[in-house]
Amino acid sequence: MSDRLLKYLLLLPAILIVVLTTVYPLAFSLITSFRDWDLTRNLEPTGFVGFENYVYALTEDYDFYDAVRVTVWFVVLDVAATVLIALGLAVILRRNGTLHRATRVLLILPFAMSPALIGISWRFMFNPEVGVFTYVLGVLFPWLRGQAWLADPTLAMAAMVSCDVWHWMPYMTLVLLGGLASLPRDSEEAARIDGASEWRVFLDVTLPQLRPVIAVVTILKTVFALKMFDQVVTLTGGGPGNRTATLAYLVYRVAFSAFDMGAASALAWILTAVLIALGAYYMRFLIVKAH
Amino acid sequence: MAADFEAPRISYATRRRLARVAETTILLITLAIIVFPIAWIITTAFKTPRDVYDLSIVFPPTVQNFVIAFNAPWNLGSKLVNSIVVSTVTVGIAIPIATLAAYSFSRFEFFMKRSLFLLVLATQFIPAVVIILPFFLMFRDVALMDTRTGLIIVNLAIVTPFAVWMIKGYLDAIPNESEEAALVDGASRVRVIFDVVVPMALPGMITAAVFCFILTWNEFIFALILTRENAVTLPVGLISFRTERGDWWELIAASGIIITVPMFMLALVIQRHFVKGMTMGAVR
Repeated sequence: MSDRLLKYLLLLPAILIVVLTTVYPLAFSLITSFRDWDLTRNLEPTGFVGFENYVYALTEDYDFYDAVRVTVWFVVLDVAATVLIALGLAVILRRNGTLHRATRVLLILPFAMSPALIGISWRFMFNPEVGVFTYVLGVLFPWLRGQAWLADPTLAMAAMVSCDVWHWMPYMTLVLLGGLASLPRDSEEAARIDGASEWRVFLDVTLPQLRPVIAVVTILKTVFALKMFDQVVTLTGGGPGNRTATLAYLVYRVAFSAFDMGAASALAWILTAVLIALGAYYMRFLIVKAH
Repeated sequence: MAADFEAPRISYATRRRLARVAETTILLITLAIIVFPIAWIITTAFKTPRDVYDLSIVFPPTVQNFVIAFNAPWNLGSKLVNSIVVSTVTVGIAIPIATLAAYSFSRFEFFMKRSLFLLVLATQFIPAVVIILPFFLMFRDVALMDTRTGLIIVNLAIVTPFAVWMIKGYLDAIPNESEEAALVDGASRVRVIFDVVVPMALPGMITAAVFCFILTWNEFIFALILTRENAVTLPVGLISFRTERGDWWELIAASGIIITVPMFMLALVIQRHFVKGMTMGAVR
């Protein structure tokens, strides 16, 4: 068989999977987002209503704005905490030592854990009576003693952020560590010989060289934070009220509690548009970097 | 700098020692934060319900929770089987298909190559909630609701593009001289792929397989929406321990161990190659 035919044949199964399992469902929900389709009333799709679902979400739907607010807070806190802690830890772990090696090995564990399990375990550990986190934090910070973490909007958000940071920060540390390892050491050595302090070497030499890796980590973490869903279900259930109900969780509720397929699809596509924009930025970034 | 003159001078040796103490402290705190929740889940799994509510650290261990979890009404065994079947079959389908596509992307030039590759990459940015809606509606019509087959199909959506990207990264790093030599000797391209390329790419394929296995094993939202009873996987099974009669924390912890221990072992096996995975080759 000629290569000319073969190269397409090799691609075919994978492209078929992508088209059937991603492109087709995407198109389907895009079309549904322009319909008035409430499963409790109609099992079959009904008429088109133009942009009505989008207009409703953007002008009248208070849940949508609440979800946007929750999502923005979550993403900002989550990404900032993850990236900053990971960066600091990576710089420390770059050196050698028994403790350093042990930490590097164990960092892999949280990432291999099911996010749903982490969420439900956090729920257990933040329980006001039997939760070990509640207890330990109450000992360390007396004003937090006996707090019902998941019943307080601010503390529930903190719990959700801590849950996701625990899951992702170790992995991102390893990624940054990989980035640090690939940097040439000579420019840092040169700065040290010139008498620069460790702190200045980090700020003026290491950090600028590491910028592409930090950018990758930040963009990807933002994407993962926007998609985060499992822990909302297992940790807070969106509560108290809807104060930890992110956009992804709102889509799920509108689709599978209210069964309003049209409205859910419109909400899902608003989220998707943001993610595709971020994805496009990320890919352009990679392509620019590759040349 | 002005600050240097105002602050009392600390000798270089003292500063170094202080830095070392700070470093050790930070690492110990980090280790504690990573290990403590895991250790707490493990100990909870071996506690009687009474000890769970006592926050006790010293307690007589029991394996009773595992016995309860594996029996009716919880039937952890059937969820374990579902998780094993879904993950194994998904990876078994995805890796060969992804390897072929990755080879084509790595070695050939063709029409719309870049657009096709970007399409594969772009799937990773699509939120699961948006593709789950159509699957939910379709699966009702074709009787794939609450089946392992249905779950395998949707899991392929995440895993296949990811594996293509990962394996392509490995193939790009393998020089194609031995392939060329075999081709000149008259071997067909298909033979070359199976006899020359696959053996060399095997480490990459195994890493991708392990990575995809962990992703599928821990997958939650698809299984949450597309299963009810027969095809429920381990992560979704966790929710069933939260009943109106209360939350069975010790059973959650016991099934948490069943979910986690195999993934820990897999992750530690491919530790060295792990980092390259999710960042999609961006960090070299």
